[in-house]
Amino acid sequence: MNLSAVSKISKRSLFLTAGALAFIAAFVWLLTTRGPLASVGVETAVVSRADLLPKVFGIGTVEAQHSYSVGPIQAGRVLRVIVDQGDRVQAGQLLAEIDPVDLRQRADAAASAAARARQAAQAAQAQVVEAESRARMAQANRERYQALYRQNFVAKEMADSRSHEASAADAALSAARANAIGAQREISRADAELQGIDQLHNSLKLLSPIDGVVTAREAEPGTTVVAGQAVLRLVDPARLWVRARVDQARAEGVVVGQAADIVLRSAPGAALPGKVVRIELQSDAVTEERIVNVAFDPAPAQLYLGELAEVSIRLPGARDVLTVPRAALAQHNGQTGVWRAIDGRARFQPVQPGMQTTGQVQIVSGLNAGDRIIAYSAKQLDAGVRVREQRLMPQ
Amino acid sequence: MINLARRDIAHHLKSYLLTGLGLGLLIGVTLTMAGVYRGMVDDAKVLLRAVDADVWVVQQNTLGPFAEPSSVPDDLYRALAGLDGVAQTGNVAYLTMQVSHQGKSQRVMVAGFEPDKPGGPAFLVAGRPIARAHYEAVADAKTGFAVGDVVRIRRNDYTVVGLTRRMVSSNGDPMLFIPLKDAQEAQFLKDNDAIVEDRKRLAANPAVNRPGQPGVLDAVQAIQTSSHKVNAVLLRLRPGTDARAVSDTIARWQRYTAYTSDDMEEILVAKLIATAAKQISLFLIILAVVSAAIVAFIIYTMTLGKIKEIAVLKLIGTKNRTIAAMIVQEALGLGVIGFFVGKFAATLWAPAFPKYVLLENGDAVRAFVLTLVVCALASVLAIRAALKIDPAEAIGG
Repeated sequence: MNLSAVSKISKRSLFLTAGALAFIAAFVWLLTTRGPLASVGVETAVVSRADLLPKVFGIGTVEAQHSYSVGPIQAGRVLRVIVDQGDRVQAGQLLAEIDPVDLRQRADAAASAAARARQAAQAAQAQVVEAESRARMAQANRERYQALYRQNFVAKEMADSRSHEASAADAALSAARANAIGAQREISRADAELQGIDQLHNSLKLLSPIDGVVTAREAEPGTTVVAGQAVLRLVDPARLWVRARVDQARAEGVVVGQAADIVLRSAPGAALPGKVVRIELQSDAVTEERIVNVAFDPAPAQLYLGELAEVSIRLPGARDVLTVPRAALAQHNGQTGVWRAIDGRARFQPVQPGMQTTGQVQIVSGLNAGDRIIAYSAKQLDAGVRVREQRLMPQ
Repeated sequence: MINLARRDIAHHLKSYLLTGLGLGLLIGVTLTMAGVYRGMVDDAKVLLRAVDADVWVVQQNTLGPFAEPSSVPDDLYRALAGLDGVAQTGNVAYLTMQVSHQGKSQRVMVAGFEPDKPGGPAFLVAGRPIARAHYEAVADAKTGFAVGDVVRIRRNDYTVVGLTRRMVSSNGDPMLFIPLKDAQEAQFLKDNDAIVEDRKRLAANPAVNRPGQPGVLDAVQAIQTSSHKVNAVLLRLRPGTDARAVSDTIARWQRYTAYTSDDMEEILVAKLIATAAKQISLFLIILAVVSAAIVAFIIYTMTLGKIKEIAVLKLIGTKNRTIAAMIVQEALGLGVIGFFVGKFAATLWAPAFPKYVLLENGDAVRAFVLTLVVCALASVLAIRAALKIDPAEAIGG
């Protein structure tokens, strides 16, 4: 009886002790894994050698290399527009016409003026003939009277008078000749004016400067347009490119000729091959972006202007360099470096980073191949913090 | 001399442990409430800590960018970078919005930052940092996004390339870091219908669409759809530079308001979450008082339940001191069990809360001391009652 009571009590205290121990163990486990005393969970990675293929990313829109705005050289009313958006046109093809208004009447007037000038020239020519005849007559009279005067048949006064008549007739001849030349000039002027009106008439016909496609029809017949305003816009479909904007901070290393991948917004899954063909000298100072023109290589069959495109320009890579994951690179006290777990504590190791790709960064100095570094941490690390390797995110 | 308390506890072990457990859960609730309060304050500060900026430059006379809207030009940093003592500048834009992922929308705080400048996530738990200038995002793990997920913000799809942790706004919304230019666009870009309507409205306005002046309309439209504003400029100073002096210089000469990180913490904690924090703290005080009262009542009634035994003890001549010691020891034991069960429970369930629950060690120590003090006080009441017991009750009852 007594013995069984003792065993009952000892059994109970055994249970009690076991329970207390289990509770204490669970408590300590909880505090050290999830509570305030827990060490920081980290995931490590190994410094390894790899080939790096960095890319520079930019976004832009599909644009034509040259865009043509066809419009009149002076204000006028649109008479007719022959082509519409999407039409293919040849160089020199008539696209639209501006209403000439009174230009035909002005041309008629100019033609009449030219004809009148010709008639005036004929009259001037006839006057020259008459003046020549008078001058010859006066010359003959002068010589005749000179001879008579030398033989004293006439008074000197008579001879002088004839001499004067001859000089006057010469002068009249010169005037008549000059008149005739002036009349010729008048013909040229009237002809030139007529031609000018003709050319003006031609300029009212809007012709295509290129073989291309109409992208916009901006005025309809009856619209009054000012000088220089576009009636139609054209582009050369064979010369489309992406005008990409690349952040200045990342634009270093981009040069003409580098290959690029172009992803159009309409086809996000497919990358089209492209090539850097021009880097604009003038960057955008407000947005701090460099403007890089990337041509399609080869051009796809159908493109839409103004479509958003993502461009990844492939820079020359580096072969067989020391790399760590980008996530491992950290800043601490103004220094760039990586965190390492040494004896269960976090230590900061300054490094000199080099080339960067999306996921990897080159280590120029500060680490050796095979070193283990901390890639991910569950908290912001500080020097000397206790760390423990564990999976941070469930797979 | 035998320990009466141990004998008494051993006698009523099950009920004693269950009482301790019940007390523990109550203490656990109180500790959790304290954790909710601390977590709320910590949420307000966590972004400041992660960003690690010395000076915040915001629109003049605003408490921006969290407590009030603030907008500054995005080229202001050029003027600030030239100030004496400024080591690094960073433009940031913050906006709270719903982002959709697989048809479900999720409330996040979108933070736009410039790579390699202040304002980005401080560490990652998976993936990689943002490497492209557009359309990549680093999300807080609490959003539930995984690396490779595509989320939609306004009209663009962003790929989640990295995950971070404990990056929340002062409201506790998880953060989504995206490149600054994208954030500027998301912040100021209207939806497509509004843009089209605005274009029509502008085209109908004779002031900007005058016949004979083509091009004015296009220019006005272009101005309306572009944005060169950010919410704040963050400065990191060279070691040894006085942040207060720099912010005073900026306020005086640049005509912007500048806050040191201490000012900013004050704004976030004392202004932004002031009412909510007061609400929680008042509730915490009531909970603590109620818990203390319940602990006291339990100990008091436990002692009163032992009237007969105490009377017998008195009858056989037990000293008052021995009886008092028994009661005090039992009460303190209950307190200790309760505290540890409570701490255990609070630590166990704290991570399950949707908002951060911060269990501070200082709070735990305070709770422990408070529990023991309350237990001791309650046992004094119980002792007074016990000592008044007439030994005759042992026979009479």
